[in-house]
Amino acid sequence: MPNGQPAIRLDHISRHYTMGEAVIRAVDDVSLDLPSGEFLALLGSSGSGKSTLLNLIAGLDRPTSGAVIAHGQDLSTVSSLELARYRRQTVGMVFQSFNLLPRMTLEENVELPLRLAEVDRSDRAARVHEALERVGLGKRITHRPGELSGGEQQRAAIARALVNRPKILLADEPTGNLDSATGESILMLLKEIQKNPGMTIVMVTHERPLAERFADRLAVMGDGKLLSNGAAR
Amino acid sequence: MKPRDLSDLALRNLREAILRNSLTTLGIAVGVASLVAMLSLGVGLQQLASKRLSQSGLFDSVFVTPRVNLRGMGRAAMPPSSDQAPRLLDESARQEISRLPNVVEVYPQVRFFTEVRFDGKPFATMVAGMPASSKASGSFDGMQGSFFSGDAAYETILQSEFAKELNAQTSTLIGKDLVLRYAERQSIPPNPMDSKATSASNSESLPGGFSVVPKEMRLRIVGVVDTEPASGFGGYGNGRLLIPLQVAMTLRAAQVNDLRDIVRGTSSAPTFASLTVRAKGPAYVEALEASVKNMGFGAFSLLDASKSLATFFRVLDMLLGIFSSLALFVATLGIVNTLVMAILERRREIGVLKALGASDRDVKQLFFFEAGVMGLFGGIFGLFLGWLIGRALNFGTNFYLHRRDLPSVDISSVPWWLVLFSIGFAVLVSLVAGLYPASRAARLNPVEALRYE
Ligand SMILES: Nc1ncnc2c1ncn2[C@@H]1O[C@H](COP(=O)(O)OP(=O)(O)OP(=O)(O)O)[C@@H](O)[C@H]1O
Ligand SMILES: [Mg+2]
Repeated sequence: MPNGQPAIRLDHISRHYTMGEAVIRAVDDVSLDLPSGEFLALLGSSGSGKSTLLNLIAGLDRPTSGAVIAHGQDLSTVSSLELARYRRQTVGMVFQSFNLLPRMTLEENVELPLRLAEVDRSDRAARVHEALERVGLGKRITHRPGELSGGEQQRAAIARALVNRPKILLADEPTGNLDSATGESILMLLKEIQKNPGMTIVMVTHERPLAERFADRLAVMGDGKLLSNGAAR
Repeated sequence: MKPRDLSDLALRNLREAILRNSLTTLGIAVGVASLVAMLSLGVGLQQLASKRLSQSGLFDSVFVTPRVNLRGMGRAAMPPSSDQAPRLLDESARQEISRLPNVVEVYPQVRFFTEVRFDGKPFATMVAGMPASSKASGSFDGMQGSFFSGDAAYETILQSEFAKELNAQTSTLIGKDLVLRYAERQSIPPNPMDSKATSASNSESLPGGFSVVPKEMRLRIVGVVDTEPASGFGGYGNGRLLIPLQVAMTLRAAQVNDLRDIVRGTSSAPTFASLTVRAKGPAYVEALEASVKNMGFGAFSLLDASKSLATFFRVLDMLLGIFSSLALFVATLGIVNTLVMAILERRREIGVLKALGASDRDVKQLFFFEAGVMGLFGGIFGLFLGWLIGRALNFGTNFYLHRRDLPSVDISSVPWWLVLFSIGFAVLVSLVAGLYPASRAARLNPVEALRYE
């Protein structure tokens, strides 16, 4: 499946936090190439820097040093406006706690990225329906997140991440709040999404068995460093 | 984000905390209401004062006298204050002045004491001639009956106090006739003319002597007026019996007590002791006064008094504005507080929006918009509230005046500029109040906002 230039290249990136005297190396000199179309699972103990690394790839945070190059664009040097555009156009994000806006219906939640990306109103409804249809929630569009099960909420969040057709999907413990059966169905959905041409997925998880079953590659972090990086299975 | 999506989201956010946002908006409304009530009171009082003053004719008039009158006998050595030689204040001068720009009317002050008969009883009273322009001055607003039917009509309007002497039920007087008695000077050889003749001035040109003949003039009472329209500048006392100026001039020319005019006049034409020039408005008075002086007459006006009156009201407006702005200032603190609270509450939401690609500017605009909408609604509601307060003050004042049999007044006024100003000011102030919360929301770190709790 991997082909051509990497979708994501991490070039000696570090993210340090200074707390008074102490320096916390949340991410410490990590280099990694991720080819387009690959599904990477990021493993590691709690506090090892997985979320920090994912946020750097997402353009939500900037590295202390090093370069994050996504689809040819160096995120460490662009303006914050450009970074916002990158988040709108290139990446989609899924979180452990779903992060749907509770007072909006699923339809409105999924429409948000299209509003931010200034997609024409006339195109929006169809794209929202298509995205929700794809995650199996076509009949729940007028429901609010509180009326849905955890698995359904995570599906809605995935629909929201995908609605603006990103090239990279980033998921931070998407199954962390779900039982194992539901978690498995979410991973099957991600695997399905990976079939989109050129869709690169990075997923943070604690569950090694699931990662081994569904991901193409496993990267293990420890203490901010990349401990291992290799093909799954 | 496009403006429509921005407003969608902002209005949605406002609705979600409807109680808190309504209370904040109400706070702005109260601030705007006090501003509007105070300023409308200031404007209303000013309008009232300037209306009353313009009715009195004090501030839009220039008073003209011949310069010879101003120069005392012993002051002949004084250099002329103008390059123009002193001139006689006669009819040709009157016409020349009336051709100056922005002049409404030029008329002499005609008042004289005489006797009238009504119902067979004699009454002594002061007669005043009213120029045609006095009809529009507002002095006759609210009168009983009507204004003179013509410039030379044999009609009279009675000042209500005099009218009460004739008959306590003043309204019954209208339509009745009274007789004005006066003495007419007749030249020798006598001119066999009707007493109502208007050619009295012609007879004056005859150099011979004259005799005095008692005459009567029948006048129809057409109105009764409460105000004192003749109480203008001059200090002659008030006219109680008002007649058209042209009629009054005819009568006066015939009066014996005008002897001095004839004696003094170097030419045969009559001259005026003084003329009143009524300008289109107080703004034209200054220029008019200068032009009249240039023509070689003495002229003065109460311009300085009206200027200081305008200054007084400007200061009054400012003070009222400052005090009511305090209320609005407190309201802006309410906006700041509400929006800062909203940031705390919507931390996660802001984080999500940023993760989905919202720029700092999008977030800032969202909060800004919410502040602006609260300001707009607060402004509109406050304007309405302020107008109501003004109406209530007006009602209370007039209730009080009415109980004391005083004419009603309009003490509060909301002109269109106040409408625009108050709403605009409310929005502006709200936007300023939104500056800090909006930029704080925009700076919110999405990673921290999204950290799982
Ligand atoms: N804003 C911050 N200030 C200081 N230290 C931070 C900050 N954010 C993260 N850290 C530290 O950086 C390290 C990595 O955090 P991170 O959230 O990336 O871990 P993680 O691998 O995602 O852990 P988990 O599996 O528990 O989610 C931790 O030691 C954390 O305390
Ligand atoms: Mg984490």
